[in-house]
Amino acid sequence: MSAAEILGLSIGELSGKLSRREVSSEEATRAALARIAATDAKVGAFLRVTPERALDEARASDARRLRGEARSALDGVPLALKDIFLTEGVETTAGSRILEGFVPPYDGTAVERLRAAGAVMAGKLNMDEFAMGSSTENSGFKPCRNPWDLQRTPGGSSGGSAAAVAARQVFGSLGTDTGGSIRQPAALCGVVGVKPTYGRVSRYGVIAFASSLDQVGPLARTVGDAALLLGAIAGHDRRDMTSSPRPVPDYLAGLEGGARGLKVGVPREWFEGGMEEGVERRVREALATYEKLGARLVDVALPHSRYGIAAYYLIAPAEASSNLARYDGVRYGLRRGEAGGLRDMYGETRDRGFGAEPKRRIMLGTYALSAGYYDAYYLRAQKVRTLVRRDFDRAFERCDVVAGPVSPTVAFRLGEKSEDPLQMYLADVYTIGCNLAALPGLSVPAALHPESRLPVGLQLIGRPFDEATLLQAARALERELGPAPAPEGI
Amino acid sequence: MALSVDEVRRIAALARLRLGPAEEARLAGELSAILEYVRQLEALDVTGIEPMTHALATGEETPLREDLVRPSLPPEKALANAPAREGTCFKVPRIIE
Repeated sequence: MSAAEILGLSIGELSGKLSRREVSSEEATRAALARIAATDAKVGAFLRVTPERALDEARASDARRLRGEARSALDGVPLALKDIFLTEGVETTAGSRILEGFVPPYDGTAVERLRAAGAVMAGKLNMDEFAMGSSTENSGFKPCRNPWDLQRTPGGSSGGSAAAVAARQVFGSLGTDTGGSIRQPAALCGVVGVKPTYGRVSRYGVIAFASSLDQVGPLARTVGDAALLLGAIAGHDRRDMTSSPRPVPDYLAGLEGGARGLKVGVPREWFEGGMEEGVERRVREALATYEKLGARLVDVALPHSRYGIAAYYLIAPAEASSNLARYDGVRYGLRRGEAGGLRDMYGETRDRGFGAEPKRRIMLGTYALSAGYYDAYYLRAQKVRTLVRRDFDRAFERCDVVAGPVSPTVAFRLGEKSEDPLQMYLADVYTIGCNLAALPGLSVPAALHPESRLPVGLQLIGRPFDEATLLQAARALERELGPAPAPEGI
Repeated sequence: MALSVDEVRRIAALARLRLGPAEEARLAGELSAILEYVRQLEALDVTGIEPMTHALATGEETPLREDLVRPSLPPEKALANAPAREGTCFKVPRIIE
């Protein structure tokens, strides 16, 4: 098989070829590394490529396969990680200059599980600094570009994770989603992205942004691949106290079960304007496809949905201001201004190390938590969060999944929103509710936008811990639409 | 809700952020716009609504584990990224003058 043919395979297909020894992990890894070398100067998906390590891991995997000791279907499959995952011995920055040169002393749990499954890690992926952003333009190192159109952003904050998978640089990746950071870039890059239920995947060894919202999830080119990756990383971890002890189901088992009898909730508030015309058309067509497949569309109400952004942009910055207090030049990362004493060291380290967006959110969060403002801002936002969750609880009395858009537009141009933080925040309107309510959600490619031919994602949100139904529903649409197309010309 | 530059300085001091004058002025404008936007929450009646103080799914409980001694990060590994160290301590500038 040629390198291009190998890179065109899904994880499921590659895994089959690896087990039949028609392709070696070393061949697949060399193909991926060559593809990264040939395309990443343009795309900017990677902050760090680790070719020697990847090839060592690939050869070790081939040796296991030869001995008949494959650890899992992922054994030998080249993947990559958002640079928010701690990787022992490999620099990890969360896209921030304040962590430049930081080499973690341990692997995060999700990384550990992928390694235990035999996966090969090609490197660390670009992201908005500390996962704060919706375009990857807030990376402290370089912007990432959308493989479908290099003048456009891949979305964010897991922009590198989506772009690398879309550009066929790796077969799958991990990202994190605090307000849409897996689903939105997945939608804008035309890949599948899953944000599991809060507590489904351990956050141990994931650099924290907003701890009550952050969740780890996979990005891949097919629903089946995403299911495979999710199964590998999900499950209880005693090192994350919010990690759920619930058993992890076999996400592949019911994947081909179709959509017959499925009750698909359509939130009326999401279709009252605000979506770009072509996006709305594709989302409505996807809903019609479900009807055709035997699902029933149910009208549901999410009346507090419109307050989600306001609540989120108080809660997330408040938690971030606390989480980012640890970057003070004492234990790791950048240290500046030592000569002037401790106060100067804090101030100068944080001034030089943080980019504009983390500073903005630290300021906003500190204000919202400060004496005299706590009740008016943070506490009120937490109450509104309860209302957002109740909306979903009520909706799920009537339906099995909630369906709608991921992003109001297709991928936007670099610079289009970067000067106006509020405009950037508003792009998260459809994804934030899922995080506030701690529910599982995913983005699955719908048909390409009718004019621009850019990807459009359909969002599905499910009941707590019901990722299996989401994946089954997404697979039904994928099977009907056929394999999602690859970007051309990259 | 307009935030003054003085207010921005006060918050920056709380957050241990040192900002330049241009940055202070810019943040005063940006934060004011964001705070104006979040004011829409005031329109909601939240009387009697419990704040969502944890993110566990409905019906989930925080799992407990046994309190057992287990190996943790050895000092050499924990100190490996220290900008400055002395023995097994992180070294910082003098705190008490």
